[in-house]
Amino acid sequence: MTIALELRGLSKQFGELKVTRDVNLQLAPGARHALIGPNGAGKSTLVHLITGLLKPSRGQVLLSGRDVTGMASERRVKLGLARTFQINSLFNQLTVGENIGLALSAREGIDSRLFSGVTQSSALMDEAADLLRSLGLLDLAGRSVVSLAYGQRRLIEIALALALKPSVLLLDEPVAGVPSTEGHRLFDLLERLPEDVATLVIEHDMDLVFRFARRITVLVEGAVLVEGSVEEVRSDPRVRAVYLGERTHA
Amino acid sequence: MNKLSDAGLVIASFRRQSYTWVDALLVLAAVLTFFFAEGYLALAAVVAVMAVFALSLDLAQGYGGVESLGHAAFFGMGAYAASLYALHVSTEPLSGLLVAAVVAGVVGLVSGFAVLRTTGLTQLMLTLAVATLLLELANVAKSVTNGDDGLAGYDISPIFGLFKFDIYGHTAFVYACVVLALIYALLKKLVNSSIGLTAQGIRENPVRMRMLGVTVERRLWVLYTISAAIAGVAGGLSAQINRIVGLDSLSFTLSANVVVMLALGGTGRLYGAFFGAIIFVVLSDRAAALDPTNWLAVLGVVLILIVRYAPDGVAGWVARISGKEGAK
Repeated sequence: MTIALELRGLSKQFGELKVTRDVNLQLAPGARHALIGPNGAGKSTLVHLITGLLKPSRGQVLLSGRDVTGMASERRVKLGLARTFQINSLFNQLTVGENIGLALSAREGIDSRLFSGVTQSSALMDEAADLLRSLGLLDLAGRSVVSLAYGQRRLIEIALALALKPSVLLLDEPVAGVPSTEGHRLFDLLERLPEDVATLVIEHDMDLVFRFARRITVLVEGAVLVEGSVEEVRSDPRVRAVYLGERTHA
Repeated sequence: MNKLSDAGLVIASFRRQSYTWVDALLVLAAVLTFFFAEGYLALAAVVAVMAVFALSLDLAQGYGGVESLGHAAFFGMGAYAASLYALHVSTEPLSGLLVAAVVAGVVGLVSGFAVLRTTGLTQLMLTLAVATLLLELANVAKSVTNGDDGLAGYDISPIFGLFKFDIYGHTAFVYACVVLALIYALLKKLVNSSIGLTAQGIRENPVRMRMLGVTVERRLWVLYTISAAIAGVAGGLSAQINRIVGLDSLSFTLSANVVVMLALGGTGRLYGAFFGAIIFVVLSDRAAALDPTNWLAVLGVVLILIVRYAPDGVAGWVARISGKEGAK
């Protein structure tokens, strides 16, 4: 089986500062993988390296076996990579429907049509309706995103990525800042992600990590400390020392 | 709720630019001007030309978020292209407008390559640099442009061989209004299409657009080229109606004026261009007639008042009172 996402010896250096050190990672199709680590471990840098917002100093990024290391972000997306942002990165003045429409028309490659719009495709409109209904947001389709509650905006953050029908999904702290009362819908959504999508979740919320992930990579000072199953990571004394321990005492 | 109406909910969530009572009012104003304000037809034609120009900027700036202080580059190139075409090739006006659009569009295409790689202040400076370079080029190439004296002495044939440009400006006014209406209809279609939504997406959040797989620069390039071509049409119209093209058609003043027009009228709603052009041109004319030395001060005060009390411009204010939000 082709590996959906592979990082080979990925390193990033800013001057003398080594932010990412020789990271190797493999995600099979359908993987549920969590990336954890204390603040400053280089998790966000790693996401930027995977998505192409940063260029690595060394190493390779492969999507479905294809080397995309030198490729622009938008081309990686076309090859099946989608991400969400830690801080909501939506189209705030546009409506919920328009936000989804942007993702769908980008996916279908019809985003530069001069005289027709995404609304003219009934299949895409049905798809948008299905997606919004599954998130409980259909009735809010006509509302501008900026007028929605924070938790609802987090859902749209993920919906935009899902609308791309990715093969690899990077979720950057999907429940960050969401009050626990609103969190259940996000948890449900994460549990119902399409089975074949390889998912890498970067998260501080250990409940979510242990519930969601089948494998965990612990990143410390830019390097992989441990990679293993949930149980292996949970019981690893090094992890407890550098990460879980810290959090327990926090 | 059945599936059909669910999709209907999504379709209804797309805010489209439709024709409203504002458009009807503008048509009425044009008709009344034609029949009852004969003495002001020349001025009204300038309003129409400037509205086309402001529409072109609204597409780039209001929809695509491209900042420009050099849009006169395209207006001026269109104007020179139309007048040179009339002088050396044909005096037929419609093909002249087409030539103006193509030449300005090519300038937009080429300059867009540099301009659209940047954002913010750098972008603003680059647009200014392009216009300034072209102005200097026109100034130096006196054998082609006649330099400071301007290019004149060309004729424009009757439109369709039927409607001769008359001394009172009837034909010029109707011609400008029809071109304006066509451009307006074209832009409405455009902003309601995929590229219009994409432009707004880029204006709102270019990074996320990239992460949706959109090549942002390429989309803006298309938009900027279309915007430049439309500005070229405005320049071509001006050249054909006024029968003279001077260096001022490439000037910073003109670039700044159209930005002010759009600020007055309101961006990202198309019809803001109409309000802006009307207020700016009529007010400039009246203020200059009343006080030929200090008339610019009047414009300054109006601009301050608009920015203070209607920051979205007149179009934003109209959208608020009619209870309907526009594209923004």
